[in-house]
Amino acid sequence: MTTATLSKPISKPRKRRQPSNLGTSIGIVIILIIWLIPTVGLLVTSFRPISLINTTGWWTALNVNNGPVSAQHPDPNAGYVEKLSTRFTIDNYVDALTGYRGTGTYLDACASGITPLGMKCNITDLVNPRGMGRAFLNSLIVTIPSTILPIVVAMFAAYAFSWMDFKGRYAIFAILVGLQVVPIQMTLVPVLRMFAGMGINGTFPAVWLFHTGFGLPYAIYMLRNSMSSLPKDLFESAYLDGADHWQVFTKIVMPLITPAIASLAIFQFLWVWNDLLVSLVFLGGSKPVMTYQISNMVTSLGAGWHLLTAAAFLSMLLPMIVFFTLQRYFVRGMMAGAVKG
Amino acid sequence: MARAIALPVMKQKKGVPWLYLLPALIIMSIFILYPMINTIGLSFQNADSTASAATTCREGQPCWGVMENYRYALTNELNTESAQTTWESFWISSYGNTIKWLLVMVTGTVGLGLIFAVLVDRIKLESLAKSIIFMPMAISFVGAGVIWKFVYNYGTTQVQTGILNAAITSLGFEPIAWLSKIPLNTFMLIVVGIWMWTGFCMTLLSSAIKGIPEEIIEASRIDGATNFQIFSRIQVPIIAPTIVVVITTMVINVLKLFDIVYVMTGGNFGTNVIATRMYTEMYTNAQYGRGTAIAVILILFIVPFIIMNIRRFTKQEAMR
Repeated sequence: MTTATLSKPISKPRKRRQPSNLGTSIGIVIILIIWLIPTVGLLVTSFRPISLINTTGWWTALNVNNGPVSAQHPDPNAGYVEKLSTRFTIDNYVDALTGYRGTGTYLDACASGITPLGMKCNITDLVNPRGMGRAFLNSLIVTIPSTILPIVVAMFAAYAFSWMDFKGRYAIFAILVGLQVVPIQMTLVPVLRMFAGMGINGTFPAVWLFHTGFGLPYAIYMLRNSMSSLPKDLFESAYLDGADHWQVFTKIVMPLITPAIASLAIFQFLWVWNDLLVSLVFLGGSKPVMTYQISNMVTSLGAGWHLLTAAAFLSMLLPMIVFFTLQRYFVRGMMAGAVKG
Repeated sequence: MARAIALPVMKQKKGVPWLYLLPALIIMSIFILYPMINTIGLSFQNADSTASAATTCREGQPCWGVMENYRYALTNELNTESAQTTWESFWISSYGNTIKWLLVMVTGTVGLGLIFAVLVDRIKLESLAKSIIFMPMAISFVGAGVIWKFVYNYGTTQVQTGILNAAITSLGFEPIAWLSKIPLNTFMLIVVGIWMWTGFCMTLLSSAIKGIPEEIIEASRIDGATNFQIFSRIQVPIIAPTIVVVITTMVINVLKLFDIVYVMTGGNFGTNVIATRMYTEMYTNAQYGRGTAIAVILILFIVPFIIMNIRRFTKQEAMR
């Protein structure tokens, strides 16, 4: 995005232009409800038992008497809260995390002594390769280096583009600006072959390298924007004091651009975390990440809604936490990097 | 190059800048520049890049020689029996669908984003409202795909567990298989895209609207302008440059869009777009020649935006 948009605060306090009228407020509330309903439906469904998910709508979740006979509370005279508590469960999450795909639930199967195929009924099932627990770990293993590497490399390059003098500085940077919008599709086949030649297809370093390459143009662009807007006097006085580039870079520039690095890191982290295409092509099923695992459940395994909703919510957990705690940085990073890859 | 002096530059030993630059330049050359050039070359070769694409031509079939993969990429989805079948098949081909995506999703996200930006500006809980609209940006396309697949769920029994079908059956209509009914399904997928990206457009447009000086609005109000007149005659024209930026960003995003279609329909039922078709040819069918030809066609659509991006950057730099 443009520098102008970036340097502007996302929202600054100011006098309201028009008095809020009732019509507008009601309209907005309706819009917000429409916007929230799909996500709420997913969240509610992920906590309901299979038998109820398939026979009653999630919006009736607070009705404690509908659904099949098997789902009813054994005591018809039990209190509302008592009945309600049996109509919600965390089994879906346990099943999704462990990758249990049987007819009952993982906890029931283990409690009855029938160990599900390929499982041990102990804590190690959480990292069963078929489950979302392992996929969560894989996603972290993919994402952390894929966030740190491009930013470190980009910091050096951005410094050179902002405060060093060399031939072709402008031309190289202009090319880099253009590279930001190159679609990933344009590079998949050659890189896949290159990795096949190196024998690293289906390994973590393959995705680290690819994400580093594709993250660089935007990372450099964004860091250079914030580095070059630092006041000139800083550099002049540092120079008069006899500092060299390395000292200026590490002691002055890096601390000052921490907010920009935070925005960039959040953007890149979520971009990689939410990515499907790159993991699909370079990792596939050998090291399934969360997005891969879910898309696999949707497209080929035909997993039930109880597993899908729980798995989808697990994959959204981290982005949601980041979004609600670091919203300011998040929005800024998103705004600036929206055209990437 | 007028701006080369604009930034103060410290004295340095020759070659030092390249030490800072080389890691980035090498990595980008390996993973972006070289593959781009290579992709263009591969698009003129056969499935496993062992011979020219011309060798894949079959006797009695149309053939474009070395451009054979492009013939396949451009015409294979079309049913050329008659003008009418050609027209109809075009609109469910990956190109026709990409055009639908472009038209509906870009107008949808930018239009709604603009309306929301103006509306939330007037209410008390502005930041909460904005967070709710923006939230889907944090979710992966895959997660959004699952969320909306459930909304569109089509039950074969009496009970509809998808909220959309439940709503229309309660109004007395028949339930609809939203994701397999052509041509409705592509539009249902576009709704998911709009849900995800409206917040992005809203945030950018909202900060532009807030940048309009208070006096202008106040003056026009004194002159008797209505809210709608202020919106259409003052706010929109002033933020027009931002609207253009948002539109181009959305166009690029839509062209590259892959995940929503892949997760929700797998490109079946006539919902393919250019990006999913490229993936199918390359990965599922192992047709590298055809896959890369589709990728080249995709980037041809994007080249104007690459040029625009560089131009805009040049202008910005000149103003620094």
